[in-house]
Amino acid sequence: MDFTYILFLLFGTIMTIASICVITARNPVYAALFLVLAFFNASGIWMLLHAEFLAIALVLVYVGAVMVLFLFVVMMLDINIDRLRQGFWSYLPLGLAVAAIMVFEMAAVVSGKYFGLEAMPQPETAAGISNTKSLAWLLFTDYVYPFEIASFVLLVAMLAAVVLTLRHRKGNKALDPKVQIEVKREDRVRVVTMANERHD
Amino acid sequence: MEFMIPDFRPAMPELFMAAMIVLILLVTTFIKDKRRSVVFWLCQFTLLASIYLLFQVDQEYRAVDTHVLLGLTFSGMYVIDSFGSLLKGFVCLAVAVTLQYGRVYMAERKLDSPEYYLMVLCCALGMMILISASHFVTMYLGLELMSLSLYGLVAINRDNIGSTEAGMKYFVLGALASGLLLYGMSMLYGATGSMQIHQIARTLYEHGAQDVVVIFGLVFVLVGVAFKLGVVPFHMWVPDVYQGAPTAVTVLISSAPKLAAFAMAFRVLVNGLFDLVEQWQQMLMLLAAASIILGNLAAIAQSNIKRMLAYSGISHMGFVLLGLLSGYIRERGLEVDAINAYSSALFYSIAYLMMTLASFGMVILLSRNGFEAENIEDFKGLNQRSPWFAGMMMIVMFSMAGIPFFIGFFAKLSVLQAVVMAGYFKLAVLAVVMSVIGAFYYLRVVKVMYFDESSDPMPLKATLGFKAVLSINILAIAFFGLRSNDLMQICALALRF
Repeated sequence: MDFTYILFLLFGTIMTIASICVITARNPVYAALFLVLAFFNASGIWMLLHAEFLAIALVLVYVGAVMVLFLFVVMMLDINIDRLRQGFWSYLPLGLAVAAIMVFEMAAVVSGKYFGLEAMPQPETAAGISNTKSLAWLLFTDYVYPFEIASFVLLVAMLAAVVLTLRHRKGNKALDPKVQIEVKREDRVRVVTMANERHD
Repeated sequence: MEFMIPDFRPAMPELFMAAMIVLILLVTTFIKDKRRSVVFWLCQFTLLASIYLLFQVDQEYRAVDTHVLLGLTFSGMYVIDSFGSLLKGFVCLAVAVTLQYGRVYMAERKLDSPEYYLMVLCCALGMMILISASHFVTMYLGLELMSLSLYGLVAINRDNIGSTEAGMKYFVLGALASGLLLYGMSMLYGATGSMQIHQIARTLYEHGAQDVVVIFGLVFVLVGVAFKLGVVPFHMWVPDVYQGAPTAVTVLISSAPKLAAFAMAFRVLVNGLFDLVEQWQQMLMLLAAASIILGNLAAIAQSNIKRMLAYSGISHMGFVLLGLLSGYIRERGLEVDAINAYSSALFYSIAYLMMTLASFGMVILLSRNGFEAENIEDFKGLNQRSPWFAGMMMIVMFSMAGIPFFIGFFAKLSVLQAVVMAGYFKLAVLAVVMSVIGAFYYLRVVKVMYFDESSDPMPLKATLGFKAVLSINILAIAFFGLRSNDLMQICALALRF
């Protein structure tokens, strides 16, 4: 039993426990934090498989961005936990059935003829070339054209977001300093000449 | 690791357009609101200059080697051939015409922000990338660039519920279709080990194509393509989106993207998965027959002209598929007839492009600020208001119905010839019967224009440029009807293997 195997057992156990806790935790904030823990351990397993880029991306994207957003939403919404728990037992059979189907499908794919372990052997990794480096190499050589197109897709997303959401609000109460400074006495004060009135 | 700097020359038009988009984006920040026309003219310049560059590049590559017109660059992700150049030229032309049609329309409704023009250009760029993509990654990214711009454009009239609803519908369904397409592509990648179209074709040829995974992949990819073409049963979005979008955007959706989707279908099915032809031929047959039947029957029931044209577009796309599927004749394999079938499909899609541009151009012509000429009734008595444009609309409707001697007739004729040549008589008979039924709703528009009393006394108001472009567009339909052989020849030459 070598060291990586022990590490795998460790990561796997913690990930499984954390995943169970995600479902069972009463407080949604705790559940989100347990999900973060599960992601961390999953990235540890990626690391054991020499897929360090995936591991880093998982931590950066999911833990760094997605889960933080998720936590924000969970904390901002006033979720009634008791109401969420209602009907747990009545939905359980359906949930179990869906879970069973998913397990079956995964098993069918992984053990099947086309995408099983025999059909898709682990690729040979050359010594001294890291995963990240080869990805970067490919991205900026063979895939440079799609890489640049992707930047245009993002540009369009930005343009569309601006067009669809930017509004110059009507009834905005903010003051324009320029207008304030340029005010003259005549704009504000009206001198009225009136006949004298006597109060007897 | 060795790497050769790729040849950038073939992609000149795309690179030029991308650079111009960034430039225009910068220019717009310094432009005062009054001088919007600068953006418009910059866009027109970009599109026309791209056509010029396309022509240049095509000439150059034709001169290098007259036999091999197929060149790959960017590690096999970009293909340059006359088929792509021809389609890209028409796409740029169609987008330029679209911008001209939509200019006053958008300005009157205060929708002509610089972002509108930029998104239209991005859409054109996406279509060009899609047309010359020979790799699943570029294909998908080009498709997304095109679709994302269109989603934004459909919803651009954001204070109008119809427009936002159409945008939302289009976005959700489009995302679903993209997902299916990606799923299919990943299956094909898993089965063949490559995402490069020609590589896939080679693998399938060498190892046989009777793999279940490959066929699954084919089905999903076909669903994605069918959605973009808008053929039955993936047509649900078409009428709603056409109706909800501002008419100037409807012109865009209905015209150039169909050409791009056709190019994508051709590249995936004919270039990539030709070894599966017996499978996809049957699938296309079902799609085509269903589109022609449903498109023509549903169009009869419409009173809204944009919906009517949407359904007519569905049936026209069915015809394009008919041409595409006739390229394989079981006993004889690939022969001259096959090329005729593909060129007839290409010819049909170009003819449809001209007709759809013209028909929606007429809808814009009748609209004015505060009034959308959306119903067929709005065409009542057009002959009294403007005999010239009533005549023009008649040409468009006759051409769409397939009445000789307009381009639509020759397009239908060449497709039907190909279908008969491939031995599918029943399919050809069905298509003819449905076209005759479809002629009813086109002729109804003509009847309304000439024999009904006008209820709208307002004279037609449009700029000279608009009237000129629309007239040229429609006269081209008549002209290429008379000279259909020339255009047919161009299509056949573009598809030479």
